Amino acid sequence: MEDLKATPLRTHHEELKALMAPFGGWLMPIQYAGIIAEHKWCREKAALFDICHMGEFLFRGDIAADGLEDVFTFSVKGIPVGRSRYGFLLNEAGGVIDDLIVFRLAENEVMIVVNAATIGNDFSIIGSRLKNGAKLSDISAGTGKLDLQGPLSREVLVGLFGSEIGAISFFKFIRTRILGVDAVVSRTGYTGELGYEIFLPSEKVAELWELLLKDPRVAPAGLGSRDLLRLEVGYSLYGSDLDESTTPLAAGLSSFVNLEKEFVGKEALLKEASQGPAKVKIAFRVGSRRAPRHHYEICHEGVQVGSVTSGAFSPMLSCGIGLGFVNPEAAALGTRLVVRHDKVEMEAEVVELPFYGGGSLRA
Amino acid sequence: MAKFFTKEHEWVEIEGDQATIGISGHAAHELGDITFVELPQMGKSVKQFDTLAGIESVKAASDIYAPISGRVVQVNDKLEDAPELVNESAEADGWICKLEGGDPAELGSLMDAAAYAEYLKGL
Repeated sequence: MEDLKATPLRTHHEELKALMAPFGGWLMPIQYAGIIAEHKWCREKAALFDICHMGEFLFRGDIAADGLEDVFTFSVKGIPVGRSRYGFLLNEAGGVIDDLIVFRLAENEVMIVVNAATIGNDFSIIGSRLKNGAKLSDISAGTGKLDLQGPLSREVLVGLFGSEIGAISFFKFIRTRILGVDAVVSRTGYTGELGYEIFLPSEKVAELWELLLKDPRVAPAGLGSRDLLRLEVGYSLYGSDLDESTTPLAAGLSSFVNLEKEFVGKEALLKEASQGPAKVKIAFRVGSRRAPRHHYEICHEGVQVGSVTSGAFSPMLSCGIGLGFVNPEAAALGTRLVVRHDKVEMEAEVVELPFYGGGSLRA
Repeated sequence: MAKFFTKEHEWVEIEGDQATIGISGHAAHELGDITFVELPQMGKSVKQFDTLAGIESVKAASDIYAPISGRVVQVNDKLEDAPELVNESAEADGWICKLEGGDPAELGSLMDAAAYAEYLKGL
């Protein structure tokens, strides 16, 4: 584990007796009290996640003239200052290099938040698509990120930092001062609950972590519960549900692709749209508490039609749930499937996303 | 009667002609939150160390092997809706099933509690 990177909170996690494991090149907390307990805490109270492993880039320049406008599947120019947008960085074949969120900090200033495992590759690809020597800096090392997620997260943050935070609506953010330093507080997350992502200088992360955990409504939560929370609302996990051989159209994420504008991979997507994708993403519910898992086979009428990309037991639904990619003819809502691995077999049915829509996300 | 343990972390406790089977507290802790127990079919006959049942946690799916031969005469059906009982009480209320007709001599190939505790130290 010597090559793994550690966040500023490594000793904090160890003191909390977290179970630590490698994730995207980082040594990260998987669980503290337990995955199910942390999941419940996030659905009912406010869960605190160390997300310092994720990457942040800062772009300064003319968005249109310097080429940033054509880098992603959505218009950066079209994002009003103070708002953020989710979308993709694609390769020429339309495959997803990364899914990311772009924050419009100012007219000529943009923060790009990317997955941990893809930081290096994203940085060089985005850089190579810019023009006029536009300035793109990787600020990941100096930028910390804590996510506070759950129905009580707003009142916790308002109590500590004032009412300005309480007024932030979904996919908006503010630049503010926290603990005497500049911070970005964004109403975004990965849990399906009301929640915030807080970006601040790395050296202040421990102080904010300790301050938040003093509140009895707040408990630490690890990447295990985060994965369960995101799957219940049907969010994709890069590396499992999305990768360079998967297009946003196949993944059912075309609402984050603007075909009215130019971007790398657009021609491939237009071609795929006219022919129809070879495999399409489905969401399915299992008829028991069994959990489907990554790489399990998906069968329809006795024939393998695809495989599972994410799966878990859902505490909110009390059954197994999963995402997978299958031949289009097995993707219709209500289709009966069998998910199989070795001697394990479970019946499943294609359903709509989200699996769980009862969260406080838009509260 | 005392408990005996396998290297795969099952336990067995014999009372009269019945052998109660479960997984050890150590195994339950290592698995993490248990979300599903695949109970064996009533009447199923197994040989020692055959696959007897299945167990799934938030982390993984595993087999449970028979620590002793026998025929399934009772299953802990509370686990169908509350598999977390195994986390809460792996070596008592979270038992998996009861077998009959086994050969107590098979216990000789298992570990007693003290030997199992030693074995865990070496893992």
